[in-house]
Amino acid sequence: MSGLEELYKEIILDHYRNPRHQGELECPPAHKTEGFNPLCGDEVSLTFLIEEDSIKELRIAGQGCSISQASASMMAAAIQNKSIEEVRDLSREFKAMMSIHEETIINADQEPVSPVALTLGDLEALKGVVKFPVRIKCATLSWNTLLTGLDDLDT
Amino acid sequence: MTLPSDLKHRFPLLSQVVNGHNIVYLDSAASSQKPDCVIDAMNHYYETINANVHRGAYEIAAQATEEMEQARKRIANFIGCDSPHEVVFTKNATESFNLIARSWGGSNLSQGDAVLITDMEHHANIVPWQILSAEKGFEIRWLPLTPDGLLDLDQLDQLLDGVKMVSVTAMSNVLGTLNPISEIAERAHAAGALVAVDGSQYVPHLPTDVHELQADLLCFTGHKMCGPTGIGVLWGREELLDSMPPFLGGGEMILDVRRDGFTANELPHKFEAGTPPIAEIIGLGAAVDFLNSLGMQNVRDHEIALTDYALRSLNDRYGEEIVIHGPSDPLQRGGVISLEYRGVHPHDLSQVLDQRGICIRAGHHCAKPLMKELGVPATSRASMYLYNDESDVDALVDSLESAGEMFAL
Ligand SMILES: Cc1ncc(COP(=O)(O)O)c(C=O)c1O
Repeated sequence: MSGLEELYKEIILDHYRNPRHQGELECPPAHKTEGFNPLCGDEVSLTFLIEEDSIKELRIAGQGCSISQASASMMAAAIQNKSIEEVRDLSREFKAMMSIHEETIINADQEPVSPVALTLGDLEALKGVVKFPVRIKCATLSWNTLLTGLDDLDT
Repeated sequence: MTLPSDLKHRFPLLSQVVNGHNIVYLDSAASSQKPDCVIDAMNHYYETINANVHRGAYEIAAQATEEMEQARKRIANFIGCDSPHEVVFTKNATESFNLIARSWGGSNLSQGDAVLITDMEHHANIVPWQILSAEKGFEIRWLPLTPDGLLDLDQLDQLLDGVKMVSVTAMSNVLGTLNPISEIAERAHAAGALVAVDGSQYVPHLPTDVHELQADLLCFTGHKMCGPTGIGVLWGREELLDSMPPFLGGGEMILDVRRDGFTANELPHKFEAGTPPIAEIIGLGAAVDFLNSLGMQNVRDHEIALTDYALRSLNDRYGEEIVIHGPSDPLQRGGVISLEYRGVHPHDLSQVLDQRGICIRAGHHCAKPLMKELGVPATSRASMYLYNDESDVDALVDSLESAGEMFAL
């Protein structure tokens, strides 16, 4: 079952069993954004409070598999008090971890993609998901949902 | 009579090893595996008589045409129909439903009319009607379910008022429920409605006779019945198909084309525009030969016994920890088992099973309105076919426990 252990690291199961930052904030002043995974029916609803261009607080509601739930929980922990710019950077790094395979990094003629920065912290535990392509959407659901929410702020 | 016990050997894929385990294939409701004779028939076509049909005057073109039309005859016989021109080849069941909606619906439905479907339909029998309804403004009504996953026939007559078409599945791909099609058809006909039947899950698993079903139209799909992908069937009563305008336009479907218009071909070619999937039709012909050689009643009997065994094994072992959707009586259902186990998300459950080579499906199974009725976003679905046996069920039952240990909250 080595493959499974790579996917379901202990820390992921911990976030799944004890998800952090659950619930909903009152809107307004908070903003709300929702995302769906059409493949499996998972849905996530995020409410977040912006203060001085930073995410002061974020809460998660919805239902999903262990990967999507743990990813949302870790994301909430990682972005607390970060500026919107930093959150976007972090999401870019997270997505790079999800979809860029080592071969392409080595073969590429262009600038080598920078190795995943340490700032991902706990989120790095989700690295194993890359080996299970159907689950990448589970891991990125909360991030994509948050990005949509942040984009909506501008409009 | 029963099925031969070594049937798995006829299916090359079933001797594959996945993640270090012999494959346990429990996803036949999504697509069945293919026996050697189907693969051979398609290879034989490509290696010896590959040519376009209906046009060439040379030997292999004639042979290809002959084999394709022979396959049509055998497929017609397989569903109790002795008029092969009532069998129209499509790409899959989905295209068959789109054909019905576009062609029949497009010329018969308008504001004030209604189409009745049910809460257990596959998207293939929902969305084509919704697309058309957005154009034509007719109403789509839904026949609800009883708590044990049967159609609520008490509401049928009342809902039929003003309905021109009842489009209903013969067997649910989520609940396994077998629906009383001939009874529904009698009541629909009495109310002046036509009946289209989704046989995608029924035709592969039970003896089928379109006259007994009393259907006007029947859709099914080759890849769920030991045949290849890319081939589906629409059967319809001759007068009805004759009255319907063409669906796709192009070659094959015309008798004549002039600058000012065209004359449509005769049945079934009127509905078969362009070069057909010749190898796939021949493959489906080989699949029905294979099913006939086993006997469809034997296939059904095998699945009743196996479903009974699976339901008992799961319930005995897990009791309150497991919820199995749909009817509990194996005689009222097919071998499709949607389950929830200790709240483990279907994705996680199927991932753990995959590590043991067990293939089940996690998701909404293209039946989102039904998921909503069941109050779940998705289910884990194990589905069985003629090649499955008790060892496959045992593997499923045994593996649930480790998924529970890992993920139950
Ligand atoms: C009940 C039912 N109807 C229709 C379909 C559609 O079949 P296809 O995708 O081959 O068109 C399926 C299969 O997914 C099904 O289970």
